[in-house]
Amino acid sequence: MDLLTVKNLTVTLATGRGDAAAVRDLSFTVGHGEFLGIAGESGSGKTMTALSLLGLLPHKGRATGSINFDGREILTSSKREYRDLRGKEIAMIFQDPMTSLHPMLTVEVQLTEHLRHHRKVSKDAARQSALELLSTVKIPDPEAALRAHPSQFSGGMRQRIAIAMALACEPKLLIADEPTTALDVTVQAGILKLLHQLRKERNLSVMVITHDLGVLSSLTDRIMIMYAGSEVETGLTSDLLQRPRHPYTKGLIAALPGHTNDAKSSQTKRLLSIEGMPPELGNFPSGCAFHTRCNYAIAACKSELPESIQISDSHRIFCPVDPFSAKASIEGAK
Amino acid sequence: MRTKPVSDEKSQRKRFLSGNGFVPFILRRLLTSVLLVFGVTFISFSITQLVPGDPVAANLGQSAYSDPKIVAAFKVQFGLDKPVPVQYVKYVSKLLHGDLGISLSSKRPVLDDLKEYFPATLEIALVAVFLALVVGLLLGIISAVTRDRLPDQIIRVFSLTGVSMPAFWTALTAFYLFFFVLGWAPGTGRLAPGADPPPTVTGLYTVDSLIAGDFSTFKQAVAYLLLPAIVLAIYAIGVLTRFTRASMLEILGNDYVRAARAKGLPEITVIRRHVLRPALLSIITVAGVAFSSLLAGSVLVENVFSWPGLGQYAYRAAVGLDLPGIMGVSMVVATVYITMNLIVDILYRVIDPQMRDAS
Repeated sequence: MDLLTVKNLTVTLATGRGDAAAVRDLSFTVGHGEFLGIAGESGSGKTMTALSLLGLLPHKGRATGSINFDGREILTSSKREYRDLRGKEIAMIFQDPMTSLHPMLTVEVQLTEHLRHHRKVSKDAARQSALELLSTVKIPDPEAALRAHPSQFSGGMRQRIAIAMALACEPKLLIADEPTTALDVTVQAGILKLLHQLRKERNLSVMVITHDLGVLSSLTDRIMIMYAGSEVETGLTSDLLQRPRHPYTKGLIAALPGHTNDAKSSQTKRLLSIEGMPPELGNFPSGCAFHTRCNYAIAACKSELPESIQISDSHRIFCPVDPFSAKASIEGAK
Repeated sequence: MRTKPVSDEKSQRKRFLSGNGFVPFILRRLLTSVLLVFGVTFISFSITQLVPGDPVAANLGQSAYSDPKIVAAFKVQFGLDKPVPVQYVKYVSKLLHGDLGISLSSKRPVLDDLKEYFPATLEIALVAVFLALVVGLLLGIISAVTRDRLPDQIIRVFSLTGVSMPAFWTALTAFYLFFFVLGWAPGTGRLAPGADPPPTVTGLYTVDSLIAGDFSTFKQAVAYLLLPAIVLAIYAIGVLTRFTRASMLEILGNDYVRAARAKGLPEITVIRRHVLRPALLSIITVAGVAFSSLLAGSVLVENVFSWPGLGQYAYRAAVGLDLPGIMGVSMVVATVYITMNLIVDILYRVIDPQMRDAS
């Protein structure tokens, strides 16, 4: 049994023009000790998927479907049950460490408050584990750091503190929402290295959400690609990055700097981009939402929701055309 | 963190005042406060001179006013025969010795008048401030937490009504309803007619009666105090409720609140520790202004309730063109405003560590 099994998750948000589905009929799993990457452009529903796991959807947001975590259904949890889950069993790291740490509370308070609440440990014990956590995430001088406020740290250090915060109650699942996006490139590498190390040292399941496939390539076991609230392709990281089958995945990979796998474009060193803009919430195209930007779209793409096509045990796509099936190599792309 | 060699005592003192510590900060703010008070004397003195009207005519009877000798003597007695700049310099130099001049209408030192009237206003204002803070914050928090649900909707209607009703109207309506119709309020004034006020220590009847151990007077003082204080507080309650709601909602939308919830903390801890504290920063600013404006409201409320306070004194001084009286009231009001601002600034630094850490 996987740690997390999400089935037919649909998230509806209230917008200015009425309700709109931000996540549509999404199903995926995260195994014990597995790193799953979820990638897609902004507005593809990645963050809403994560927030629905924690029962933290924004004002007037609703989630339907089924979320099975560690053997129990949690989508129907009461507020209280959700609170007992959050921070303790499922922890989350947010995108921007400049805004996700409280500016007025000391690092000690922020590192220990949930530990003391969930585990009912004494102040001294909580302080002791806070010190250990800070050394784990490689904050120099943990003693002084406990007394400091977040404003006294750089972005990278703050993200390390946020990671320490998330790890405090030893959660089974860690959700990292764009953990490196707000950071400088050099600092990003440090955070990724830290996540690698945590993975080795602790039996942690992690869901990394990002729009940057480069971040996922070295970190995750599997990747799920999302577009307009739906899954378009899921596969083992190596399969998906080297032999993408969905036109959208193909486009995302071609848009990566230094990751181009097209012989011609690597000669000209030109960055490819996907034509057009990602659709806005509440305005998703019919059928396969990507058909408006897809070079391979046929009439059925516009009218019918794509069914999943299983390519191998671990690899599936949602594309009736499957334009790269004949040759599983890279030459078909243009 | 960096230390520079100190060359002489003067530069050390200079750096001390411009330093970022708590004491230099307070000293700096006190210094500017004193300067502000002097600015206020200049401006209010100028305004009283610019207002058309003859204080002599306003304060002497008709027959006395027609006698040039009496008029001249009156002018000499109150220094009105001197040119205006000389009057101002004299006023300020007396002020430095704690002398606010003689009131034209009561013929008593203004300082004595203020000592008598100000505590009455202070007493209802303090109660009103307390009520406004407790009720306004509480309603604002409930309103924000139950956003768009029934409690929020009800509170929003009431707070909007509170800020929309003019003070004199609330005062008259409340007085009519609770005194004439329901008979709950005891009446006007600070104590029942003929009742002896407690021996003066602070001038606040409630405090003084407690000091004297006189509980029946204390109860009576509270009963007389309550209605005018509530009426005075209504506007501030409305303002604070609305502002608390708005600033709570703003903070509730922050990432760090979502992060706090993601830690599974009880909602009450999230609100108290993570939301209320940053929200207080902006609430305090508005509270400072709202409390200072209580004094303006007191002029109308005191007249309706025959409350012998600064508002009534200000009204009489203004009608009688009693220049020293008007100046005295201006000084008190200005001092209250400036003190409120000072308190707000100090609270800012107490609440927000970033202001202390900033270098």
